[in-house]
Amino acid sequence: MALLGYIINGISLGSVYAIIALGYTMVYGIAKMLNFAHGDVIMVGGYICFYAVFSFELPWPVGVLLAVIVCTVLGIVIERLAYKPLRAAPSLAVLITAIGMSYFLQNAALLLFSSNPKVFPNFFTVTRADGTVKNGFELFGGQLKVAYVTVITIVCCLVIMLALMLFTSKTKTGKAMRACSEDKGAAQLMGINVNATISTTFAIGSALAAIAGVLLCSAYPMLMPTTGSMPGIKAFTAAVFGGIGSIPGAFLGGLLLGVVEIFAKAYISTQMSDAVVFAILIIVLLVKPAGLLGKQIREKV
Amino acid sequence: MNMKLGKLGASETDKLRHMNSFGRKNAITYGFVIVVGAILMALNATGGLSSMMRGMLVPICAYVVMAISLNLTVGIMGELSLGHAGFMSVGAFTGTAAAISLQNLIPQAGLRLFIALLVGAIFGAIFGFLIGIPVLRLKGDYLAIVTLAFGEIIKSIFNNLFVGLDSRGFHFSLLSDKTNLEPDGKLIIGGPMGIGGIQKISTFLAGLILILVALFLVFHFINSRQGRAVMAIRDNRIAAESVGIPVFRYKMTAFTLSAAIAGAAGTLFAMNYSTIVANKFDFNTSILILVFVVLGGQGNLLGGIIAAAALTILPEALRQFSDYRMLVYAIVLILVMLATNNATFRDKLGKCGRKIKSIFGGKAREKEETANV
Repeated sequence: MALLGYIINGISLGSVYAIIALGYTMVYGIAKMLNFAHGDVIMVGGYICFYAVFSFELPWPVGVLLAVIVCTVLGIVIERLAYKPLRAAPSLAVLITAIGMSYFLQNAALLLFSSNPKVFPNFFTVTRADGTVKNGFELFGGQLKVAYVTVITIVCCLVIMLALMLFTSKTKTGKAMRACSEDKGAAQLMGINVNATISTTFAIGSALAAIAGVLLCSAYPMLMPTTGSMPGIKAFTAAVFGGIGSIPGAFLGGLLLGVVEIFAKAYISTQMSDAVVFAILIIVLLVKPAGLLGKQIREKV
Repeated sequence: MNMKLGKLGASETDKLRHMNSFGRKNAITYGFVIVVGAILMALNATGGLSSMMRGMLVPICAYVVMAISLNLTVGIMGELSLGHAGFMSVGAFTGTAAAISLQNLIPQAGLRLFIALLVGAIFGAIFGFLIGIPVLRLKGDYLAIVTLAFGEIIKSIFNNLFVGLDSRGFHFSLLSDKTNLEPDGKLIIGGPMGIGGIQKISTFLAGLILILVALFLVFHFINSRQGRAVMAIRDNRIAAESVGIPVFRYKMTAFTLSAAIAGAAGTLFAMNYSTIVANKFDFNTSILILVFVVLGGQGNLLGGIIAAAALTILPEALRQFSDYRMLVYAIVLILVMLATNNATFRDKLGKCGRKIKSIFGGKAREKEETANV
């Protein structure tokens, strides 16, 4: 029964990674850049939701919506100010700019929200008639406890992944995105507004980051200016794991990474869990150098 | 026979001319390091440096050496490494452990530091070689993520490694302290506590010498047959492969050399503090070093050296802004990247600069202009 518990927790953590990785992978697919500031957008989303609910006493769905809106705008602004002027620059220059943006967001958060960790409330609770608060349900006669947030995270992730797949394959904007990721020049010649498409991608990625932020903080209720950086790196790893640029790949990579991490924590050692996760990543990349679902592009000689 | 000799002669002079243009650049770099080093040493001896600067001399040297090392990987080899702090960590821990073990055997600090640096470099090279085997088979972003992964793994291992020394020799254990040392024994590496009680034997002079040695090694490598092969691979791997350059072997040489230099830099860095922990060498440190290289210009060693020194001093110099200093650092980083890579932004910046100049010194310049006419 413990095993089943670990799997469920692993999938839940993996779902958060997957949502973040989806944002990473979309931005990478279209702009061919590693957006290191993505992890810090998660943190901003967490703080916006926290302050909306605590300081302004808004109901939590409004808080989440506010976080999504603010992060979307933030994503577009970051893209306009920092990345758009560097469209033609070498990729390392863009990478360093993204790192600068990440430092900027972290330190701005440090000034605005202070370094004291905030305890994030768990929204997903049910208050029973007798006044007791329940945050989960029990299965198999109490042997297995599952928190509501776990289920909601998994469902959220599935819905987002399916919606994104439908969006990129059916809608006009989605098709434009795929066209841009294949060949920007050709897309422009076909009358696609490349700049607007890239902005839309950043907007979607940042909105996903906000949702991931709320879910992450609900499951692990410590909110600090550096909260986003480690999940950001892990999600980046997950995106590469599944084959960067591929939406189902990011989903699969995120889930596997989450399960492996929880298993390593449970059966090997808590301190060494990161090492185990990264070791498995290395082995997978050696066997499949383009990730699990990545396209192996043959080189033209 | 004669023809052959003639041809050889021509290629030799060609090579010499080539070397001369390289040589001048190299001489400028060496000269810059020696002159700035000498000025700083003179200032230090006469007490002309603030205590903040005095404390930063050795870390600056270590970061400069790291910038040289990473420049070899990123600038010359053209592969992105996001885990270079891992090699620094290897050098820091092995070199310092060697110095502590030899404390009673070798009382001379200088010799002990030399051996420690050597040990750090050797272990750096070993790790570079072992990690290079899987890493250098990958390409692009996949290679980058695997170096990141190795950096994190090295950090995790040193965070959980316990090494003790007693009369029976070395004892190792992972996760918890199971070294069971004799009463005369000493725990050298204490897991998350790292290494404590280090004698601070790193000196600015040693740092300067290490910078010069690293420069010599890298310049020598760049101008060698192997270095040219590595640069050919960077510029066009397929073309290089098709003329019979063994890609993997040459890349491995460059990567191992880079890791060895990073190891020595790690030792130098660690021996400047009384305690050292694995978390000091995390992803952020790797990124910091990458920033030096990119800001200084990939493949430009002098640029990397200046960027490393300037960006190590900048956060300390901004201390008066206290909380705002890292914010300012981030903004400076973004603005510099925009200014160096975007033409319109550079124009705007130039116009702003001229406007400011004309507001403050407009009259002075007008006078100058009339004088010129």
